[in-house]
Amino acid sequence: MKKIFLLHLLFFFSFSKLYALIEVDITRGNLDPLPIAVSPLHVDVKSEKSQDLKIKDLGDNISEIIERNFRSTGLFNPLKKEAFVQKPDIAHLKPRFEDWRLIKAQALVTGKLLILNGKLKVEFRLWDLAAAQEMTALAFTTSPSNWRRVAHIISDKIYERLTGEEGYFDTRIIYVAESGPKNQRVKKLAIMDQDGFNTKYLTLGNELVLTPRFNPTSQMVTYMSYFRNMPRVYLLDIETGTQEIVGNFPGMTFAPRFSPDGKKIIMSFAKDGNSDIYTMDLDSRLVERITDHSSIDTSPSFSPDGKFIAFNSDRSGLQQIYVMRSDGSNVKRITFGKGIYGTPVWSPRGDLIAFTKMHKGKFYIGVMRIDGTGERLLTENYYQEAPSWSPNGRVLVFYRETKAGDKGAGFSAKLWSIDITGYNERRLSTKTDASDPSWSSLLSK
Amino acid sequence: MIIITILSFPFMLREPVDLPPIVSVELIQISDKTNIPYAPKARKIIEKTKKKEERVVSEQAPPAAKEKEKPDRIPLPDKKEEQKKLIKKKQNPEEVKPQIRQSSEFEKKEIIDTNQIAALIDKAKEVEAVKQKDNNKITQSNQKNSFASALTLSEEDALRAQIFGCWSVPLGLPYDQNLLVRVKLQLKKDGTIMKSEILDHERMNKPGQKFYKVLAESALRAVRLCQPLKVPPTGYEKWKNLQLNFNPTEMLKG
Repeated sequence: MKKIFLLHLLFFFSFSKLYALIEVDITRGNLDPLPIAVSPLHVDVKSEKSQDLKIKDLGDNISEIIERNFRSTGLFNPLKKEAFVQKPDIAHLKPRFEDWRLIKAQALVTGKLLILNGKLKVEFRLWDLAAAQEMTALAFTTSPSNWRRVAHIISDKIYERLTGEEGYFDTRIIYVAESGPKNQRVKKLAIMDQDGFNTKYLTLGNELVLTPRFNPTSQMVTYMSYFRNMPRVYLLDIETGTQEIVGNFPGMTFAPRFSPDGKKIIMSFAKDGNSDIYTMDLDSRLVERITDHSSIDTSPSFSPDGKFIAFNSDRSGLQQIYVMRSDGSNVKRITFGKGIYGTPVWSPRGDLIAFTKMHKGKFYIGVMRIDGTGERLLTENYYQEAPSWSPNGRVLVFYRETKAGDKGAGFSAKLWSIDITGYNERRLSTKTDASDPSWSSLLSK
Repeated sequence: MIIITILSFPFMLREPVDLPPIVSVELIQISDKTNIPYAPKARKIIEKTKKKEERVVSEQAPPAAKEKEKPDRIPLPDKKEEQKKLIKKKQNPEEVKPQIRQSSEFEKKEIIDTNQIAALIDKAKEVEAVKQKDNNKITQSNQKNSFASALTLSEEDALRAQIFGCWSVPLGLPYDQNLLVRVKLQLKKDGTIMKSEILDHERMNKPGQKFYKVLAESALRAVRLCQPLKVPPTGYEKWKNLQLNFNPTEMLKG
């Protein structure tokens, strides 16, 4: 009897194990961009005529901007419209999911627009085709001339829904537009949408301009220009066009940048061959000295919480990157690699610092953790520098110059962007040669 | 403290730049209003597809074949039956009894009937004896195919490889967060999904868990796109409930 009982017990345990839930670990997947179908937006027949806009084309144009934005991320693969089988108006009402799945799409964007009483109303829906359900749906009302911005805002909303992080399409980039031969360059301040459209020039090109930087909280810009042959930091309101010199320093000021709350400017002030870092409060105009060292301290950049400052200094011999508290205390060197490090820029996420490195005649754009570990060089070239973060901390924009031949022939300067993974390097289209880019925060935020 | 006076020069006052104004955009959440049920046409097509799928299932496992089998035996695909016959020819039929043939553990599980446990216990010793006898012949995958694990290594690899191909990993995810997504599946015999469920689904709607939500949705998309899953032809009771643990950390780090 005991034996039978034991056997029963043994069998019971074997039996219970047999029905244990099978678990399979999935640790790898497909790294191809997500196939997404962006259906042209349906134009409502009730739409009024607009003087400047071809209303009929507006639906196609908006969907094309969304597609272009997605393609530029490297994360999405917008599918060709020729393969679409469902009409935009019906698809927007309720897509035939099987039809869209047939063309291997995993997500679908549909929408419609209407111009009524002088207002443009655009609505869109994002569909999960595998789950056959709507993921998000929003409507926007604005003036018809703003249709490009609406396309960028829709792109941002979809990007956020599909990736979990904020988009960066409804943004602008300020840069130095360059023209003319290399030894006689004309440099103007220019601003454009992140996709290269709506370029406007903010200065006339009479004076040299360098290092423009956006205020993260408003439409203000700080940059360096010359006044009476002396480099000075300026402040420009791009909506009103008013400019002013920042502070009354008895020497040259340069390398300006805003604090994360937009209330201070941090910059370098040079006198008698020594340069140190200063801040100036924009409300009270109070100036504070942050570093006091006999070496050259420059290129300061605040951490997003405003508690720390990264900068570069040659206090240890070669130029390296240092981090200190925002009051100038607790200075720590964070780069120890071979070569020269410069232009540290703190990521808006706060986890990384982007930099330019020069080693053995090559220039690199890279990122590292805020303690200097985990250095990753993203791109190498003959000459490139000045990285600037997209507002979501995923993409860097920088500029690259080509080697000039005799008499400056073949020289060019262009803007490029690269993902922090080191993939998806792309050239940004600009009307002229361009350098020193700075990415704005989201306009619609 | 130095008080700085601001120098304003007339030449600096330029004409305002002709930039398009930042016009505020009114946002309206229309999801609730527009979440309409299936359009009748779409519903018909979906139902048609479902019916087709069901038909395919019945072709793969014809119920008639089941009836022919003895109640304590499980239906085997034709190929397996052929293999079984071949083995019988090679081996001495007197030595190997039909009940203790070398069958996979999936089959054994289906052999188990709660009403016949006692009878099976009696056979247990014989099974053990034959197992020991045939120990040299057992392959590695068969060894894994014990009571401790329900899928052989090759079966698990096949399933994993299939899902690797279907899972579009959201590339923007941070790699320093705990982003393990556990999906519990209830499967049909042909590998199609009856029910899928995120085990920590309450985390999806918590604030600050956008990345988890995105990952969970991508995992669900993967299993839906992959179906029917590559499941073993036998042992349905063992794998009808399956848990997939999606963990992209290594990929994101790489």
